[in-house]
Amino acid sequence: MQINDSIEGLELVYQRPATLTDTPFHYCPGCGHGVAHKLLMEVVEEMGIQENTIGVAPVGCSVFAYHYMNIDMQEAAHGRASAVATGIKRVLPDKFVFSYQGDGDLAAIGTAETIHTVNRGENILIVFINNGIYGMTGGQMAPTTLIGQITSTSPYGRDEKLIGYPLKITDMIAILPGAFYVTRQSVNTAGNVRKLKKAFQKSFEFQKLNKGTCFIEVVSNCPSGWGMTPVEANKWMEENMFPYYPLGDLKVPRTEKEKGSNNA
Amino acid sequence: MDQTLELIREARLMKGNEALAEAAIRAGVQAYFGYPITPQSEILEYLSREMPKRGGIVLQAESELAAINMIYGASGAGARVMTSSSSPGISLMQEGLSYIASAQLPCLVVNVNRGGPGLGTIQPSQGDYFQATKGGGHGDYHLIVLAPASVQEMADFVFDAITLAEKYRNPALILADGALGQMMEKVELPEEGSLEYPEKSWATVGKPKERERNIITSLFIQPEKMEKINLELQEKYRRLKEEVRYELVSTDDAEILMVAYGLSARICQKTIDLAREKGIKLGLLRPITLYPFPEEAVASFASKVDFYLVVEMNAGQMIEDVKLSVNGSRPVFHYGRMGGMISSPEEVLSKVEEILETQSVSNTSTGR
Repeated sequence: MQINDSIEGLELVYQRPATLTDTPFHYCPGCGHGVAHKLLMEVVEEMGIQENTIGVAPVGCSVFAYHYMNIDMQEAAHGRASAVATGIKRVLPDKFVFSYQGDGDLAAIGTAETIHTVNRGENILIVFINNGIYGMTGGQMAPTTLIGQITSTSPYGRDEKLIGYPLKITDMIAILPGAFYVTRQSVNTAGNVRKLKKAFQKSFEFQKLNKGTCFIEVVSNCPSGWGMTPVEANKWMEENMFPYYPLGDLKVPRTEKEKGSNNA
Repeated sequence: MDQTLELIREARLMKGNEALAEAAIRAGVQAYFGYPITPQSEILEYLSREMPKRGGIVLQAESELAAINMIYGASGAGARVMTSSSSPGISLMQEGLSYIASAQLPCLVVNVNRGGPGLGTIQPSQGDYFQATKGGGHGDYHLIVLAPASVQEMADFVFDAITLAEKYRNPALILADGALGQMMEKVELPEEGSLEYPEKSWATVGKPKERERNIITSLFIQPEKMEKINLELQEKYRRLKEEVRYELVSTDDAEILMVAYGLSARICQKTIDLAREKGIKLGLLRPITLYPFPEEAVASFASKVDFYLVVEMNAGQMIEDVKLSVNGSRPVFHYGRMGGMISSPEEVLSKVEEILETQSVSNTSTGR
C-alpha cells in the first residue's frame, strides 16, 4: 500500500512546512532543538517571509541548522552569531534576520556580542536555546549549568565557589533599553509549544516595526548530555531548570494605551 | 582651458589614513565595521563623519572580534565591506579572517602596522609580515596582500584590493604602517563610482522560490569534502600568481639588489642615491603584492647581482621569501630595525658597505 492510497479520501491537516528541508534532524531523541526549529520555520512559512528571511546558525548542536531550515543562512564562528546577524541586518535592513544560539555560544564565548547587539537594539530576533550543557562537544559544563549539576567538566557538581553561578543572561538582556521583547519559553508540553510559536510570531511582527531586539530563551533539555531518558530529562528540567529559569515574559512592549495611562 | 582643468585631477594634501578612507567611499564601500586603535583611528573617524552623508553604513563595533564577524555577515549578504585596524586588533581578527577565507567572502581589511609584539608601541613597524602573508589564522589559506609606499598608494590600493578581493572571492589586506597612515602627502584621489559591483549569486539576500537556498559556511565536516575545498583554495592561490605586482628602481646596471616594501622601500630609494654618489651600483625591487610574492622577479636577478639585501622594519621576515626565491644561488643579507624604530638611508648604506667589505675579504681568501 502506498502512502497516497492510505490518505485517499482524507483531509490533509498537518505536514512538514515547506520552509524545512526533508533532511532528517540529527538531534538526539527527546531533544528540544527539533521542535524549536520546526516552530520557527512554521512561523516563517505562515507569515510568507521565506524569501525575506536570513538565519544565522551557531557553533553547538544546532551548527547544522542550515541543513534543515530552507532559507538563506550563514554559519557563524562560535559566539559570533549576533555580530554576523548585525552585519547582515545593517546591509539588508528590510529583511528578517535571526540568530539561533545555544548557551555556551551565546552566554559564554559570545557574551560581549550578545550584550552589545541587544544594547544597540539591532532589529533582529535572537533565539537562545538553554539546556545547561555543551551538547555537541560531549556534555561539558555550560555557563547556565545549575549549582551541583554533574557534567564531564564538573564531575563533582558545579561549585559556585570555584566557577561562579549559573548565568541568567536573559534577565541581564531584559534591562537593556535596546531590548524590545524578551521572553523565556519551553517546548516540554503542547501548551508551551504553542506559547513559543506565538513568541516567534510576535518577534517577526516587531521586527517589521524596527523597534529593537527580540530575545527568546527556550529552556530546553539534553537527554544525552544529562544521561537521562527523554521523559526523565523533561521531568528533571521542570523540577530543576524551571525554578532557576522561570518561564514567562521578562519584557513586553507596552501598548499605546498603557503608555497613556502611565503618563497620566 | 576647461579641458586643461578637466585633465588636472583633484589633488589634495592628506594623511594616509584619511586618503585611504576617502578612497574607500569612492570605491563604493557600502559598509564599514571597525574599532578604534592607534595609529589608524582616523579611518574610523573619517568614515564616521563621511559615510552617513554619502549613503554608507558605518558601525563602531564593541571589539575587533565583533567587527570582523560583522564583515563576515555583511559580505555574505552581498555588500562591499571593509574594516581596518592596527596590529593587536588585527590579531583579534584572525579567527574571523580564517572563516572568511574558508567561506570565500570578499572584503577589504587594512592593517596600519605598529611595533610589537604584545601591546608594543604605536610607532611604525613591518613586524606583521608573517601574519599578513602566511595566512595569520588557523588552516591553509592566504589573504591577498598589497603594500602601499605612499599616501597616493594608500588611496589607489583600496581600488586594487577590492577589485582583486571580488574577482577571487578572497579577503584582501592592505598592509601599511604607522608612518604611511600618519604622514601627509599630495594625493590625487581616484574617481568615485568607477568600480562596478559584480553579480553575487551566492549571497544570502533571501531565498526566492526558484533557487536553492544560499549557505555561507566554513564547516565541511566530511574530510573528503574539506579536502576538496582546500584543493579549490590552493588552485585559487595558484591563479592569483597572475596578479603579482612589483616595482624596479635603478636595477638596469645594479650589482646589488635591495628588496624592500612600503616605508622601507621609500628609505631604500634614498639609499640608492647616496650609494651611487659613491659609485656603488645599488638597485631596488619593491614588492607591491606581498602575497602573491614576486618570486620569479626576485629570482631573475640572481644571475645579475652579487648579493641581495632585504631591508625591513622587523627582525627578518620577508627575507625568508627572498631566500626561497633565490634558492641559495646568491647570498641574501638583512637589515632591519624593530619596535617602531625606522632605519635611515645612511644606516642602510653603512650595511651595504659593511657587506661589501666582508665579501671582498672572503673573495680574496677564496682566491676569486
